[in-house]
Amino acid sequence: MKPTNISNPEYFHKVVDCQHACPAHTPVPEYIRLIAAERYTDAYMVNWESNVFPGVLGRTCDRPCEPACRRGRVEEEPVAICRLKRVAADNKDDISKLLPAAGARNGKKLALIGAGPASLTVARDLSPLGYEIHVYDENAKGGGFMRSQIPSFRLPEEVLDEEVGYITDNQAVTTFYNTRVDSLKALLDKDYDAFFVGSGAPKGRDLPDLPGRKEGDDNIHIGIDWLASVAFEHRESVGKKVIVLGGGNTAMDCCRTARRIGGADVKVIVRSPFADMKASPWEKDDAVAEDIPIIDNHTPLEFVIEEGKLVGMRFDKVRAEYDKKGRRKLVSTGEEPAFYPCDEVLVAIGQENAFPWIESETDIEFDNWGLPELNKNTFQSTNSKVFFGGDAAFGPENIITAVAQAHQAAISIDLFCQGEDLNVRPAPSTNLVSQKMGIHEWSYSNAVGDDLRFKVPHADKAAALGDRLLEVELGFSTQTGFEEAQRCLNCDVQTVFSEALCIECDACTDICPTDCINFIDNDKEEALRPQLRMPAKNLEQDLYVSSDLPTGRVMVKDEDVCLHCGLCAERCPTSAWDMQQFLYQVTKASQI
Amino acid sequence: MSYIRPSFRHPDAQANAKGFTREDYEGALSTLCSGCGHDSVSSAIIQSTFELSIEPHRVAKISGIGCSSKTPTYFLGKSHGFNSVHGRMPSVATGANMANRDLLYVGVSGDGDSASIGLGQFGHIARRNLNMSYIVENNGCYGLTKGQDSATTDIGSKSKKGDPNPYEPIDLCAMALQLGATFVARSFSGDKEQLVPLIKAAMSHNGFAFIDVISPCVTFNNTAASSKGYEFVRDHMQATGKIDFVPVRSEITANYPAGFSEEITLHDGSVIHLYKDDKLDCTDRNSAMNAIAEFNDKGQVLTGLLYVDPDSSDFHKIQQTVSQPLSSLNESDLCPGARALGAINASLR
Repeated sequence: MKPTNISNPEYFHKVVDCQHACPAHTPVPEYIRLIAAERYTDAYMVNWESNVFPGVLGRTCDRPCEPACRRGRVEEEPVAICRLKRVAADNKDDISKLLPAAGARNGKKLALIGAGPASLTVARDLSPLGYEIHVYDENAKGGGFMRSQIPSFRLPEEVLDEEVGYITDNQAVTTFYNTRVDSLKALLDKDYDAFFVGSGAPKGRDLPDLPGRKEGDDNIHIGIDWLASVAFEHRESVGKKVIVLGGGNTAMDCCRTARRIGGADVKVIVRSPFADMKASPWEKDDAVAEDIPIIDNHTPLEFVIEEGKLVGMRFDKVRAEYDKKGRRKLVSTGEEPAFYPCDEVLVAIGQENAFPWIESETDIEFDNWGLPELNKNTFQSTNSKVFFGGDAAFGPENIITAVAQAHQAAISIDLFCQGEDLNVRPAPSTNLVSQKMGIHEWSYSNAVGDDLRFKVPHADKAAALGDRLLEVELGFSTQTGFEEAQRCLNCDVQTVFSEALCIECDACTDICPTDCINFIDNDKEEALRPQLRMPAKNLEQDLYVSSDLPTGRVMVKDEDVCLHCGLCAERCPTSAWDMQQFLYQVTKASQI
Repeated sequence: MSYIRPSFRHPDAQANAKGFTREDYEGALSTLCSGCGHDSVSSAIIQSTFELSIEPHRVAKISGIGCSSKTPTYFLGKSHGFNSVHGRMPSVATGANMANRDLLYVGVSGDGDSASIGLGQFGHIARRNLNMSYIVENNGCYGLTKGQDSATTDIGSKSKKGDPNPYEPIDLCAMALQLGATFVARSFSGDKEQLVPLIKAAMSHNGFAFIDVISPCVTFNNTAASSKGYEFVRDHMQATGKIDFVPVRSEITANYPAGFSEEITLHDGSVIHLYKDDKLDCTDRNSAMNAIAEFNDKGQVLTGLLYVDPDSSDFHKIQQTVSQPLSSLNESDLCPGARALGAINASLR
């Protein structure tokens, strides 16, 4: 293998699994250390710079970081990264003085359509640069689907209001709420220099052809619309017996909301096997904990109507079969169809993009799936003035993805308005600093604790089910937050190897608790991996390879389960190993 | 400084035939200097006992005084141990071995402990052929007292202080051979590929198995002009051959490359395979002594297995002791009473 090029920032970036997995690349270990140091405001601002909605995300994020967490590979569960983010948000001081002010006007005007996470991120990134920013949204308050779809028992309204306010209170931002954009063409005719479409994926999928759909319409609802009507208090109750169709997080929000407004017998019925459901595992757990059975492998056959009224649903029992490529097919078991009585049905089987308000004269082209044709890096549409981001860009994802895309769209909009090349993207800012304080002292806490993942306390179940607005998860106390923070392995503190200093004494190999370090004859990667002290089976994790050492061998370190404990560097008599903290930050349109 | 090693190990770590993982053979975290060769020897002992599936509670580790003699704390934390007086490890090992012949004895000593203050004890334990592995961690200096030259420092070798050593060195391997040791090897802490099979073979040998491990002192004796530093040893090391150790009852599945030339079966049925040129006959004491002298003259360090007597008779056999450990005999066996004494006395009349 060729020596690893550690001067390429992407190498060490990939070692920080959580940060690498995060669409916005939030520097996770950095803010976790700040939480452990009780510097909650600083921890919050590290988050805010990167993901804009730490309080919201600390409660509702899809957490792509946690399955990636290295801790999950050396013990049972990853660090509770998401809940630690909430600790920072819950315990921070007043941050209003730390927020960027509007920049001196640069004479350019922007229209942002939708006030969801994507548009708000664009507004945040561009407001310090002097743009005059107009945000349009059909609802009375900003937040988009964070407000209409995420129930208050998961995300209290004050938290959302506060974080939306940090952006919309900026003098550069003017909001036009209760203003639905019905025609992009009309908006294009106004004197804006650029447009950003962050209108989400607002159309819930239906089952229009299922028998009984029309007749039962009064008691059959589209999940996301129904959640919005509950959130905006247009609807205060639901039938006693409720069936929720679908296996995603919206289905989980629907069933748990139904339990709170009158649903005594609420069931989730899903086509796929339980394990294949799209909902996050913890969302499923929370639903089951609220006495909501999840019935899997049931495909809907018909809405059963008696005397013009919905009385239940019939399902075909299926089993999943997978072909060689792992593609799933649901095959009927041939058993009698199953009947489940119900008063109301909530259909939460996915959502789609819909742009009835974007006319063909706008020169914005759409693909076969109804999604806009976009440049994947710049988020620019076929109309050079119009940019997309969030669910409106590439279909439904999640908040953190919307934020990440919006950061890039904001850069594009800025480059566009300044007449620069959109394809010249700013490099990430990186920093690599030795943590050495003394002979065996590091400026990070290198001890690796044994604590298992701490559980977040929940509100009393009866009370929670009786109050739609009562937040279920109570969050970690500062003490538990500290202890959970100590579980972090500090993967951003990198093991940096200097060949010229190494005397090949084997001290690092001997001390490494997880047998990561090898001194071995060089070979091709496929040949090296099985030859290591512990065969490097995880192909997603890189091997760190040195140049040739005096004995002709090379140092090969398998990054997979390195604990970043620093013992290799402590045992190294010549400091050929050093622990250096690597900070990787995605460059934004403006520096916060 | 981190005095606590994380408790996590590689998730793919396997247990050996007796159900122990390598972690079960570890000891406390070492307090020796960073980069000390002795820590590599400890690691090789851990690896060897793990691979041999020796139950930790069946091992007794015994040492004297010195940096080397501290190391038993850093391996086999679940085994028996005795940190004895300076140079007196052989006496304690002999006593323990006499009382309980069923344990595996691992003695760890240094050049000061064995070649200076304990030279007399070393000579006698070798000639008695006590059944044990005797590992000397030889760094050619007194590290614990700030790096003075020791009895094994080569003539002209310079430690950190910079003065060439004026005295003749003691070659412990040559001495052990001359005094009748039945397994003699030399190795280097920086070459575990050689050291681990040697330790495994030594532990399987029936009799006194001596390994002189050159183990550099990074703090006081790892200079370019020292003959016991990492650089010098790597540049001047010649191995008697590549060694492979196959324990008892293991099937030999490896395909031995061309040049494979010697196979030595030990008393317990385990096999040492040597891949080497034909010069040295590892079962011939004179051949070994000549080879050591020859390489010495060339200024080279001969490592690997130097000599083994696979049919050796250990101290218990020489002494004709009972096969049951003395420690497990009961009072009636040990004190057969007046009638038995009378019979013995009568036989002498």
